[in-house]
Amino acid sequence: MQTLIAFWNVLKKDINNYYLKPPNISWGIIFPLSWTLMQLIRSQGDIGIAELLPGLMAMSVLFGTTSMLAVTITFERRSRSFDRLLVAPISVSALVIAKILGAILFGIVNAFVPVVFAAFFIDLREINWGLTLVAVILIAVTSALLGLLIAVSAKEVFEAQTFSNFFRFPMLFLCGLFIPIDKLPVILKPISFCLPLTYGTDILNGMITGSSIFTATFSIFIMLVFILLLFYLCLRNINKKWIH
Amino acid sequence: MGIVNVTNLKKMYDEFQAVNEISFSIEQGEIFGLLGPNGAGKTSTINMMIGLSRPSGGHILIDGIDAVKDIKKVQRIIGIIPDENNLYNEMNGFDNLCFCASLYGMRKAEREKRATELLEQFNLTFAAKRPFKAYSKGMKRKLTIAAGIIHNPKILFLDEPTTGIDVESARQIRKLILDLKKQGKTIFITTHYIEEAERICDRIAFIVNGRIVKTGTVTELMESIEREHKIKLQLDSSIKELKEELEHNFVNCRIDISDKNSCLIISKERIALSPVLQLLDSKGISVYEAKEIKPSLEDVFVKITGIEASKLEIEKAGK
Ligand SMILES: Nc1ncnc2c1ncn2[C@@H]1O[C@H](COP(=O)(O)OP(=O)(O)OP(=O)(O)O)[C@@H](O)[C@H]1O
Ligand SMILES: [Mg+2]
Repeated sequence: MQTLIAFWNVLKKDINNYYLKPPNISWGIIFPLSWTLMQLIRSQGDIGIAELLPGLMAMSVLFGTTSMLAVTITFERRSRSFDRLLVAPISVSALVIAKILGAILFGIVNAFVPVVFAAFFIDLREINWGLTLVAVILIAVTSALLGLLIAVSAKEVFEAQTFSNFFRFPMLFLCGLFIPIDKLPVILKPISFCLPLTYGTDILNGMITGSSIFTATFSIFIMLVFILLLFYLCLRNINKKWIH
Repeated sequence: MGIVNVTNLKKMYDEFQAVNEISFSIEQGEIFGLLGPNGAGKTSTINMMIGLSRPSGGHILIDGIDAVKDIKKVQRIIGIIPDENNLYNEMNGFDNLCFCASLYGMRKAEREKRATELLEQFNLTFAAKRPFKAYSKGMKRKLTIAAGIIHNPKILFLDEPTTGIDVESARQIRKLILDLKKQGKTIFITTHYIEEAERICDRIAFIVNGRIVKTGTVTELMESIEREHKIKLQLDSSIKELKEELEHNFVNCRIDISDKNSCLIISKERIALSPVLQLLDSKGISVYEAKEIKPSLEDVFVKITGIEASKLEIEKAGK
């Protein structure tokens, strides 16, 4: 019960202090929206909106969660208010979940901005939204954990931000969003299969455009493995680096 | 065996040894002070005790719990006031306190009641709805202390509670600390103000370069150095010519003539005054006042640590 009170209040504080602040709300809407428009203008009708949608959703989640995490964790680390959480009588794992949950929710909301936009142009009723939501959640969780892992590994805020772009952009190009994985150069293919985003995108592709490499069950399984692995690495690094 | 027991505690930062096998214990209900200059290892010690840093060696036992293995259990019964005022800038005073209380699992009604009480007690009610970033330094310090005691901890850790704030706020904070002691709390405090340690601590440990060089009550510390007795006499005229005669008559005494109308009698033993007064009287010199000059804790600190008082003065001004 005590942990639950602490957990809920950490989450609530982050939502009130960071996520519901006007700049972040507008960032959460404008960013996915401008990506959507950019892609639509560029494609000039060559590609349908449905083909673009999975990529836009995945991208919105990825950028939404990681940039929020930079704020709630790296920023609080620098101002040393994060120390308060570390010396509170809650386990580090509960703390980590509370801290990333806000970013995850933010990412999930972001994912549906392009969906709302697309709904004006195409019929989205055929899509399996249940499974799509599962994929979005899994992408949000893995991105948040990856972002956290970077924040823990970096010494400085700017280092965290550089690192984070270093992995975000290549990941977008290797996960099959823009270039289908079978068209990737042979050396890059294995890398692509090591990225959690690849599997998340594959589910989204399957649900929205009907073309996927793996079955949804397989992809979900792989993503769960990624989540456990990343969570473990985050805890280990926090215990090693932040309680130094 | 006290409520807090630290044995051979050690902290290495790579090759650098910041805390060097220190041991001490704190009795229930006392204020224990760790006094030392900048970089002595005070914060490193406190951080290991509260779980913000991992010891490189040694043991910490807090209220019977092994703090190295079971720190989360310890954190439930301790209150922490860090050296920096690290509350949330964008949140107001009241919300900051309520949030800190929630970290200890306190329910909403209870949190709000305690927050209101503490704001009242710390004279901050007027600023309850102001964001923390709009607080003055003294106000920030006070709110940080309030946040550290909101869950009614048994043992308190304060890292330099009065550094960097004005005299009046520092005085208020010292009073608050003494009030907390009256409520039965055990208090561990670090400071580099000698007078602060002397004024509020029951026992003091001097820490220099990561080592505790001496521990004791103020009285014990005073007695630990070879002490000279000094009596200052106020006279109606100079006794320059009498210096030799006095020293000849009272073989164990040294006479220091500081200015025209006063002198200092210094001796290893206690000084019997009446023979001195009689002699002076027979020479027609009147004594208006005789005062014992007691050594200060500062003298003791300087003597034991070899650190100049002036160096501590610079630190005080600098921080
Ligand atoms: N994270 C760290 N990495 C390397 N060295 C450190 C670290 N933290 C502290 N030190 C060093 O350890 C020594 C003790 O530092 P500490 O902060 O414990 O001193 P302090 O007594 O609290 O000083 P102050 O009065 O300035 O707060 C210093 O020489 C400091 O430079
Ligand atoms: Mg310090």
